[in-house]
Amino acid sequence: MFKRIDTLIAPLVAVAFSVLFGSIILLVFGANPIETFIRMIEYASTPRSMTLILNSATTYYFSAVAVAIGFKMNLFNIGVNGQYRLATAVAALVAGYITFPGYLGIVVIIAISMLVGAAWAGIAAWLKVARGVSEVISTIMLNFIAIGLIAYLMAPTVLGVKTAENVIGTPIIPAGNRFPGVSLPTAPIPVYGMIFLAVALGFGYWYLLNRTRFGFDLRAVGMSPTAAVASGVNVKRMTVYAMLLSGAVAGLVGLPLLLGAQYTFTVNFPGNYGFTGIAIALLGRNHPVGIAFGALLWAFLDVSAQILDLTGVPREIIVIMQGVIVLSVVIAYEVTRRVKVRRQQAAVGSAGQ
Amino acid sequence: MLAVELQGIWKRFPGVIANSNINLKVEQGSVHAIVGENGAGKSTLMKILYGMQRADEGTISVNGKIVEFDSPSDSIEVGIGMVHQHFMLADNFTVLENVVLGSEPTKAGSIDFAAAKSRISEISDSYGLEIDADALVGDLGVGDRQRVEILKVLYRGARILILDEPTAVLVPHEVDELFEALRGLKSEGITVIFISHKLDEVLQIADEITVIRRGTTVATLNQKTQTVTAEQLAELMVGSELPTPETRGSTVTDKVVLLVSDLTSINSDGKAEISDLSFKIHAGEILGIAGVEGNGQSELVEAIMGTRAATGSIWINDQDASKLGTRKRRELGVAYIPEDRSRLALLLDAPLWENRILGHQTQAPNAKGIRLTPKLTKIDTKRIIQEFDVRTPGIDVLASALSGGNQQKFIVGREMSGNPILLIASHPTRGVDVGAQAAIWDELRAAREKGLAVLLISADLDELIGMSDSIKVILRGKFVADADPATVTPQQLGNAMTGALKAAN
Repeated sequence: MFKRIDTLIAPLVAVAFSVLFGSIILLVFGANPIETFIRMIEYASTPRSMTLILNSATTYYFSAVAVAIGFKMNLFNIGVNGQYRLATAVAALVAGYITFPGYLGIVVIIAISMLVGAAWAGIAAWLKVARGVSEVISTIMLNFIAIGLIAYLMAPTVLGVKTAENVIGTPIIPAGNRFPGVSLPTAPIPVYGMIFLAVALGFGYWYLLNRTRFGFDLRAVGMSPTAAVASGVNVKRMTVYAMLLSGAVAGLVGLPLLLGAQYTFTVNFPGNYGFTGIAIALLGRNHPVGIAFGALLWAFLDVSAQILDLTGVPREIIVIMQGVIVLSVVIAYEVTRRVKVRRQQAAVGSAGQ
Repeated sequence: MLAVELQGIWKRFPGVIANSNINLKVEQGSVHAIVGENGAGKSTLMKILYGMQRADEGTISVNGKIVEFDSPSDSIEVGIGMVHQHFMLADNFTVLENVVLGSEPTKAGSIDFAAAKSRISEISDSYGLEIDADALVGDLGVGDRQRVEILKVLYRGARILILDEPTAVLVPHEVDELFEALRGLKSEGITVIFISHKLDEVLQIADEITVIRRGTTVATLNQKTQTVTAEQLAELMVGSELPTPETRGSTVTDKVVLLVSDLTSINSDGKAEISDLSFKIHAGEILGIAGVEGNGQSELVEAIMGTRAATGSIWINDQDASKLGTRKRRELGVAYIPEDRSRLALLLDAPLWENRILGHQTQAPNAKGIRLTPKLTKIDTKRIIQEFDVRTPGIDVLASALSGGNQQKFIVGREMSGNPILLIASHPTRGVDVGAQAAIWDELRAAREKGLAVLLISADLDELIGMSDSIKVILRGKFVADADPATVTPQQLGNAMTGALKAAN
């Protein structure tokens, strides 16, 4: 029971602090904070907004889990952006040019995305274990290379085509190979069907980490590389596996949008979900449920920010709040961790008396 | 005249009473030993006396005046100096530079080395420390460095020295030199407070001995007025008889469990950390490795465990393990108690039951195939806690919350689970209290009788001689002597370890 309260207290304190901080900023801008927050919640409660929140959260979830897999091993995969962009581009090209029969097509597209994401992250993994290059440096560099590579692939002289809106992108994916969505009652747009895949991924991620030898080894390396080596873990091999896994999950980030709404990869495809994923992984403490809440909160703030413009409040205030939430969560968790350790030491001390 | 008097000192931490009603009187110009088990509250007491922590209650008097310390600088001001167990010296500085570091005498804006040097020689000569001010600290032996540390605090005007476990890092003849130096200090009126749990040494040097048990002072014995024995001290410390590291009768069999030939490991600088080590250990045999720390013991262990690249061959239980990874070697039945438990044997941020899995990820009761079996692991963790008397409120506490002795008991319990055939034990009883030490020795003895082969590395020569069936002495990565534990003395071993003699017997 106390354990439950412990894990909840840090994020609650952090969110409360962010609300307080946001209120102060709103007051500075001359807006009534309570009124503004009520507006935001009202706006977010419409079926359309709720659908948008769930859809954004699905995308964020994949991205945050990809980052979290690395974090569990103290690997900092900053390259989710490059990995998912390249993965989505290649998958969109394949799906645009080749028509697969029905659901098999969806499976193939997902598999290609994961493979490309894994391969791109694999370059960073190889550089790290074979050459000692920090993954922070290599993944961020690979982001730029990915952008260049995509630009080349999308060139009309190579594989790109002009889409209806006169943008350069991939051929439209045929209707049979799109991921079907589910609609909330009275909502004008459907919720991404891939939300179910996100839920399954969350469970799989939890199971892998906590119920398999592989997950234990991975966490052991993250907690103490020296102890992991002494226990028989091949750290280099684990580094490669973790990066490949992280990259494979990163490969999924662009798919909800590609297969659920846009059906084509254009040069304007959103490119920054990776960094949002880092923030949400921090927010959710790399825990599958925590990440889910983090993704929903982030998406809620994104969507409800749109009403702020109409009320004359700059919507950038939301970005500030998101930043404050991440910072205060990190601080709040560290504080509660220290309190917990001290309490346990006290309990051990009295057991020894 | 009392140099230090503590009255009714209490120190509480959340949930723990570290010191309760401590009373201590230290005569000026005497050597006063403070003995007690690990965790008895010695360190806390010394931190209070040195100003690193504040007592909740009680008074401290120095030279008859009540004082209050907010930080070590306050205690230095009244003439108290502390020599820590771990030296705080810069290797690439000379003795002179190390000593003046932090309190440099200046003349016209530049460091007045000449003045400092003459003061250092003056101190060194008057107390018989025998230190050359121009020697590079990196070239000095452990004993010399310790005397540099002492010189450092004397240079800052200390008249009361606190020495925290000063002999832990020394070999026997260095201990003698240290004691010689301490007697010199004493004759010049310096007061020495000497913290230790090595009873024979305490008896050698101390004028008075105060025993601490469970945070409180239980007795002060005066060696000038009464005969004090080690047994008497030990009984006061633990309230029971002193355990001895002895094995009874030989259980050595013909079966070779570990066969090491020509083991050599070269580090990245091209230096051989260990060279051409060959030996075998039979079932039921404990092979002790004696040596001053840093002479290749750690590297030998790492090479056997497969965490360090090495040439030569290692056969475990008639199987060639030379090319196997650490995990495969462990699966052959190798248990491992590393020297640095918090770095190598524990996940400090993980609960105790998850630490049960570490090093045994592929073995029952922790895993079935690729799946973990947490339920079975938890049951087995409870068994270890009971059998090995690990003091903890439960299996869900983090490993970091346990005291050193309890961590070590847990590690020993874990490694002895699952019937290992070979145990690699580095300093298995280092930093654990007398009770835990006895429990670990019992466990080693019982396992040896059941046919376990043990490679024992220890800095505690009594432990080595008492537990081992045979002893090899390692110096600069090579075996330099064999010793028979039945006849060898700690003094002879110590000489062989420093290369003073070619053979121990």
